[in-house]
Amino acid sequence: MKVRKNIAISDSGFLFNPTTGDSYSVNPIGQEILQLLQDEKSEEEIMEHIAKNYMIDKDTVEKDLYDFLNMLQNYQLIV
Amino acid sequence: MKKPKYTIAVTGLNAIDSPGPGIAVIRALKEAESFDVRIIGLSYESLEPGIYMHDLVDKTYQVPYPSAGQQVLFERFKYINSIENIDFLFPNFDAELFNYISIKAKFESELGIKMELPTQEQFDARHKVNLYEYGKEHGIDVPFAKMVYSTAEIPAISTEIGYPLVVKGKFYDAKIAYSVEQAQSHFNKISAQWGLPVLIQEFVHGSEVNVCGIGDGNGVTLGAVPMRKLFITDKGKAWAGVSLDDEKLLEITKDLVAATKWNGPFELEFMKTNDDQYYLIEINPRFPAWCYLTVGCGQNQAEALVNHAMKQKVKPFETYQVGKMFIRYSYDMVLDMKEFEQISTIGEL
Repeated sequence: MKVRKNIAISDSGFLFNPTTGDSYSVNPIGQEILQLLQDEKSEEEIMEHIAKNYMIDKDTVEKDLYDFLNMLQNYQLIV
Repeated sequence: MKKPKYTIAVTGLNAIDSPGPGIAVIRALKEAESFDVRIIGLSYESLEPGIYMHDLVDKTYQVPYPSAGQQVLFERFKYINSIENIDFLFPNFDAELFNYISIKAKFESELGIKMELPTQEQFDARHKVNLYEYGKEHGIDVPFAKMVYSTAEIPAISTEIGYPLVVKGKFYDAKIAYSVEQAQSHFNKISAQWGLPVLIQEFVHGSEVNVCGIGDGNGVTLGAVPMRKLFITDKGKAWAGVSLDDEKLLEITKDLVAATKWNGPFELEFMKTNDDQYYLIEINPRFPAWCYLTVGCGQNQAEALVNHAMKQKVKPFETYQVGKMFIRYSYDMVLDMKEFEQISTIGEL
């Protein structure tokens, strides 16, 4: 999965989709996941990164990550 | 090189909650880099806010309503022009365009006043009652629509296009109906206010996107900026919007201008569906009230249009800034009753 190339993400976690005009705010973890997606990390790598850095079990991370990715997909922010 | 100074007359000074485009056009003209400008405001009502905005409007004259006819309009302009020597005129209301299009050649030859307007054919063909046919002719998707003259015609159309459907006035107003009863009620209200026929249009799900642009009359788009409304008032007017990066929409716009050889300013209103289909829902043959955003995006379209009329070489704008926003605001001006008295009694301020 990749972040659409024209999506602008600011340091404050503000996202702007210039094709639709929609804007969103994400929290620091959401921002971190988007950064990892932009760095072309796989879903497995993202899961491991989050589980390791935040000391959460992988099952919980997996569930939350897919929820988040589904939401990003619904908003046409990732392909 | 010394810049020329033009005297430009502008209508649509009603900067109210459903604003006319006049003030936005004037702000664009005031920021023109290629010429200086004296602005002559043209008003219909004494309470149009632009009349009193003296930092933007140098002098205002009342003009007759369009229903007074072209001869009365011409006589009034003869008087105004004898004082102001107007170079260019920006009509900004749909309802006044018929007169100005008809009288355009006479204004230019006898008064020396230039205008950039669509031709009568272009103006008529894009009218919302003809838009479905217009779209078919130029290969653009337009929601199916039919003119109706009585509520009895609605059930047959609704079986064809289903619910919800849109009930539209000939000139203004649009309401969504979810049942035949609601459609008939909307029909009655709209026909009472705007007359017959009323338009019944297929409802397209999606988000509305608009384009503000100018055509050179030979098929070239001199400028175009797409925008999505971010906040809409109860009258359906944009209170905030943002410029978009939408290649497909620009392509459709350029194709339409090329096919129709549109002359002058325009606003295209589209519905964009979730599967990225664009349906043209309206063509406004004038600048929209949000046209000042185009200046903020790097396209001073009003300036370009004046230069085009003045036979200056105008290079089509190729780029604009994406993600520029506009937000409107209300502002109370405090003024002396004397000013209101003067425009109300003498018709000039």
